[in-house]
Amino acid sequence: MTDPATTEVEGAPRRPRRRASGGLGRYILIRFLLIIPTVLILMTVVFFLMRITGDPITAALGGRLTPAELAARRAEAGYDRPLIIQYLDYLGGVLRGDFGTTYTDRTPVTEILATYGAATFELVAYSVVVALVLGVPLGMIAARTRDRWPDAVLRIVAILGYATPVFFVGLLLKLVFSVGLGWLPVAGRLSTGGEITMSRILNPSPFYLLDALRLGDMTLLGDVVTHALLPAVALGILTGGIFLRLVRTNMIGTLEMQYIESARSRGVPESRLTTRHALRPALIPIVTVMGMQIAMMLGGAVLTETTFEWNGLGYMLAEYMKARDYVAVQGIVMMLAVIVALSNFVVDVIAALIDPRVRY
Amino acid sequence: MTLSNPEPVGEGEPGGTDLAAESAAVAATARAPWYLRLPVVSHLRRSVGLQRGMLVAGVVIVAVLLLSAVAAPLIAPYGFAQTAADGTPFGTQQPPSAAHPLGTTVTGFDVLSRVIWGTRTAVAVMACAVVASLFLGVALGLLSGYVGGWLDRVLVMLADAIYAFPSLLLAIVMSIVISGGQSDAWGGILAAALSITVVFVPQYFRVIRAEVVRLKAEPFVEAAKVIGTGHRRVMGTHLLRNATRTLPLIFTLNASEAILTLAALGFLGFGIEPTSASEWGYDLNRAMADATSGIWWTGLFPGAAIALAVLGVTLVGESVNDLNDPRLRTRRRRRSERKVSA
Repeated sequence: MTDPATTEVEGAPRRPRRRASGGLGRYILIRFLLIIPTVLILMTVVFFLMRITGDPITAALGGRLTPAELAARRAEAGYDRPLIIQYLDYLGGVLRGDFGTTYTDRTPVTEILATYGAATFELVAYSVVVALVLGVPLGMIAARTRDRWPDAVLRIVAILGYATPVFFVGLLLKLVFSVGLGWLPVAGRLSTGGEITMSRILNPSPFYLLDALRLGDMTLLGDVVTHALLPAVALGILTGGIFLRLVRTNMIGTLEMQYIESARSRGVPESRLTTRHALRPALIPIVTVMGMQIAMMLGGAVLTETTFEWNGLGYMLAEYMKARDYVAVQGIVMMLAVIVALSNFVVDVIAALIDPRVRY
Repeated sequence: MTLSNPEPVGEGEPGGTDLAAESAAVAATARAPWYLRLPVVSHLRRSVGLQRGMLVAGVVIVAVLLLSAVAAPLIAPYGFAQTAADGTPFGTQQPPSAAHPLGTTVTGFDVLSRVIWGTRTAVAVMACAVVASLFLGVALGLLSGYVGGWLDRVLVMLADAIYAFPSLLLAIVMSIVISGGQSDAWGGILAAALSITVVFVPQYFRVIRAEVVRLKAEPFVEAAKVIGTGHRRVMGTHLLRNATRTLPLIFTLNASEAILTLAALGFLGFGIEPTSASEWGYDLNRAMADATSGIWWTGLFPGAAIALAVLGVTLVGESVNDLNDPRLRTRRRRRSERKVSA
């Protein structure tokens, strides 16, 4: 704190600036502030796009009401005001944490997030686990056996994992494991019996897995896990293929580094070279890419939830879309934008903690 | 990178003798006939082993896709919205038989015909989306990179914000804007293509802008400006031709994403009306309920068609990417090299 005074007098090179530019705290602050313009831009774009076509009330009820009734409803909801006033009104609401109220069932959008957000979070978390368990070891194998048959097979599997839409993977999994073999439930998050058990819990958390663990009820836990298995695998395969390719490409790069060669000459076994020396640097890009994947996984979650009737945000979004409730659609989309921006921030901070080079 | 000539190679009169003498390496590749220098063809010649296999497989799948899109009326046994032939209805949810090799759907459409007609929708959307985003993205990238200043800053911020957003959600918003959800064949195809375009433009924009910013500092651009070349000509000739080298790769990657986004929109019920065009995502949406009762043929075939189409385009894109990246290119004499080093 005494530095500025001395530099002012002496006119010496500004040392505090240099020191601060490498600081993690400054990076985190700048990165956090960058969320604001991103979210603001998205909100503006989505708001004006959704209004180009007309107001939500005509979209939801057009044809069912007379023009006079429609006009009355529009005036009541404030859609006859100038667009810019509506926009400022909307922004003001968002600042106060109000993302609007759905038109069809009069629920505040934030309440939808509170009720269904946890389910989506649970699904995405499971599928990240599936993706890591599948992607990292297989990517290591592919890198080790570069250009030989295991590599060839794994690369084609990875491309297939990316090429197959989540809902088609879900359909195939359902056909095989639910309908054909009858091992796993077809859809939903719980069986009827499980729901009854769950409803008896005092102050339930929104996470079914935690509740089941807390109760220590093995049948309930089994019920939760079997319902989650197919959706998690369907969504996990998509990201797992991307992780596989990332680990493979990066490990091929690191395996050719000189420090690997020197470790090898010191007599470090090949297996240890792969799992220790080459793996760590290859994992850094995964953390960074995970940030981008969150956006993609949320998109995938919308499809997975619709496929398995998993009662999350994505499922609700699809339901409101079917009902032409564009207030709800806009609200949920905006909220997801905020979630994506926040999770990208968290991932960037983690990446900065792991790798000092990524800081600004 | 010795760019002493202000004009890029290939521009100008063919009689430039010093130009040809200057770069023997460029001349060597330039001497091959033009059809061997096309992106995919030249990669095919460079590839070996597995990489060649993947590239060939991709090219074959894409060729089949294009052929079936063009010749759909000739190949498909029935129309995509046909539920009866010669006055007798097909029946609903019929298992595969001689008359319907892939069975019929819950609404009584022939599955095989819908799969074949679906290639037409997929190819149309893919072409429209990629061409539109190519033009928009390249134009904006050129302008933003060349002009710089506040325009550049605003466009970069906008592109970054859109890029960070789940593309499917953006496509949903766009399809609501354009068609209000559902529409006829061409309206639907254009709506889907435009929805996808909005998602892709930032990617092209970023790549082109980054290249233009780099190229702007090159001596040949400076030279062109010094001799009084107009802005439009500098952008159109000097920058554009040099900045577009990486485009074939994004092109193929986006083509595959276009098919997936179209299918996803259709699956969520935001696609094209089933009676105006055949779309695989919509068919899968209707097939979800069938799967629960063990009817597998209505979902399996359209889904496989999506996966195969995306696989083909991705294989081409991946192979081209790997061949362009020297780290990933399979080397011809790798095994013997290894023996020497060991």
